[in-house]
Amino acid sequence: MSVPSGPRIITSRFDVADGHTYAGYVRTGGYVSLRKAVSSMTPQQVHDEVKAAEIQGRGGAGFPAGTKWGFLPAGVHPRYLVINGDESEPGTYKDRLLMERDPHQLIEGIVIACYALNASQAFLYVRGEMAHAQERLAQALNEAYASNMVGKNICGSDFSVDITLTWGAGAYIVGEETALIESLEGERGMPRLKPPFFPAVKGLYMQPTIVNNVETLANVPYIVGQGGGDFKSIGAPTSTGMRMFAVSGHVNKPGVFEVPNGVTTFRMLFEAPEYCGGIRNGGSIKAFIPGGASAMWFFPEHLDMALDKPTVDKAGSMLGSGAIVAMDQTTDMVAACWRIVRFFARESCGKCTPCREGTTWLERVLKRMLDGHGRPEDIDLLFEVSESISPGIAWPPRQTTICPLGPSAVSPIASAVRRFRHEFEHYIEHGRPIDGVESPFATHLASHA
Amino acid sequence: MSRLSEERVATAKEIIGRFPRRKSALIPLLHLAQEQDGYVAQDAMVHIAELLDLAPAEVYGTASFYEMFKFHPVGKYCINICTNISCQLVGAWNLLHHAEERLGIKSGGTTQDGLFTIEDVECIAACTEAPALQVNYRYRYKVTPESFDALINDLESGKLTGEVPPHGTLASVRQTTTAAWSNRGVEEQAQVDAR
Repeated sequence: MSVPSGPRIITSRFDVADGHTYAGYVRTGGYVSLRKAVSSMTPQQVHDEVKAAEIQGRGGAGFPAGTKWGFLPAGVHPRYLVINGDESEPGTYKDRLLMERDPHQLIEGIVIACYALNASQAFLYVRGEMAHAQERLAQALNEAYASNMVGKNICGSDFSVDITLTWGAGAYIVGEETALIESLEGERGMPRLKPPFFPAVKGLYMQPTIVNNVETLANVPYIVGQGGGDFKSIGAPTSTGMRMFAVSGHVNKPGVFEVPNGVTTFRMLFEAPEYCGGIRNGGSIKAFIPGGASAMWFFPEHLDMALDKPTVDKAGSMLGSGAIVAMDQTTDMVAACWRIVRFFARESCGKCTPCREGTTWLERVLKRMLDGHGRPEDIDLLFEVSESISPGIAWPPRQTTICPLGPSAVSPIASAVRRFRHEFEHYIEHGRPIDGVESPFATHLASHA
Repeated sequence: MSRLSEERVATAKEIIGRFPRRKSALIPLLHLAQEQDGYVAQDAMVHIAELLDLAPAEVYGTASFYEMFKFHPVGKYCINICTNISCQLVGAWNLLHHAEERLGIKSGGTTQDGLFTIEDVECIAACTEAPALQVNYRYRYKVTPESFDALINDLESGKLTGEVPPHGTLASVRQTTTAAWSNRGVEEQAQVDAR
């Protein structure tokens, strides 16, 4: 199987032993784009390159970054850039690598973005649990300040910017941009209602604020260095550039790969020797998650689909945060569904009733099936509760809530129950999975809540 | 247990100085308290409230939202075993079960000698290295029952003292820079006008 190739844009230093240090970064072409931007381009020109690149945000929603940058109202200062490094969508593993292995690339992207946005302060919010990433970023920031790449009069220009490194303390919901802003203000991480609190207008401290994902900003030095047109020529016109995908689960060689966006297919990632090299034990795919726990699941008939945003959206799911999870024919679908629902039940912030109550109900109903106490009416009950959280149970999900967390818990249910209804019925009738399927709780489910 | 030490108050003031508003420093300051005592003590929260001009209840109100903050002593080593989907698919529950048997405690519990706490946690962004765990937020990948036992032995014998600090310490390097600007709104506008 041949796979499309492309340049390594943001993972190019992952094999460089000292790529995370200032010396290693500069030796391998780092900070050239920043110099170019502040010495020979206007902020508008930088913004135009990012627009021309048509890079879609890599955090989950896939909104074009250049368009987002254009939402800041003119003449309102101070304005802020907030970097979302709170990677915690189940299955997602790429921002942590970018922060640990190439922190200066991110810092360069941040400073260039601030220049384009006419912002003088950025807040880099890293997930609390990522001690090593915090360490690497702190070290890199100290070096970048000392080398005049951040701080006052950058590279001798009249442009100055501060980056404040800060971090969370364990809450998935803080990955939602308005919840992240609340957390940055020292509050409980509960989302704000949009409107009126669109961050670009009323964000951090009620000032105009752009919130960008780590991977999105890590691409900015390349875009400014090589030009937006160059970036756009990579991948597909509808999904430009290279993109990182983490492929985990039942594959022979799980891994994180930077692949041409929009043209690589799911089958290539699972089967090609340069990627995952096939399903474990020579098995076959039963289902897979194309874009994180919030996404609707895909099945064998989707394997030859390209990782292209409009294509995947149209098929009824999303590429989300680049998190692909493979489940082979031995997977217990009731247990898989329950585990994802339990995640949302645990992580609900509690602000909206349909999510707080609904996710908890869904989790309990699934749990009693697994425990052998399922009731004949439970499948209908799952759909009834799901309907209350996300009317219509469709894609994209409708919301009865402020943010998409609650509706996300409906995805695994809609996916697994519709496709594998017999597995749920079997659990209800016999208290165990169907033949040929392995329960992940060999001996001890009863001991866990 | 205690209020923040003098050294930590100095660090706290540096952190506060990097934010336009004091309350934004709350979560980093709570981490300082947890680093000092291994958990967030009541006196430390009162002290943080004083440093940030807040009521102690506001400090606790924020702190209690976040999973990482502990309000009672936990083990010197907190072992967080991920059981989310990617890890569940390749044996995370068997690993957790093994850990519980090996340490003689249930998930959420602490061993009597105060050395170990284990928790079953949500995704820790190491999905391709499953099953994964963190000990005091330091990663261990593709963990087997055997490598888990070896980890426990190494922690007990002090072999990992340099690599794994006691619970509460996150990054071993701090940002040390000071803000370049003070009156941002005015200076940003001036910069835009000058271009």
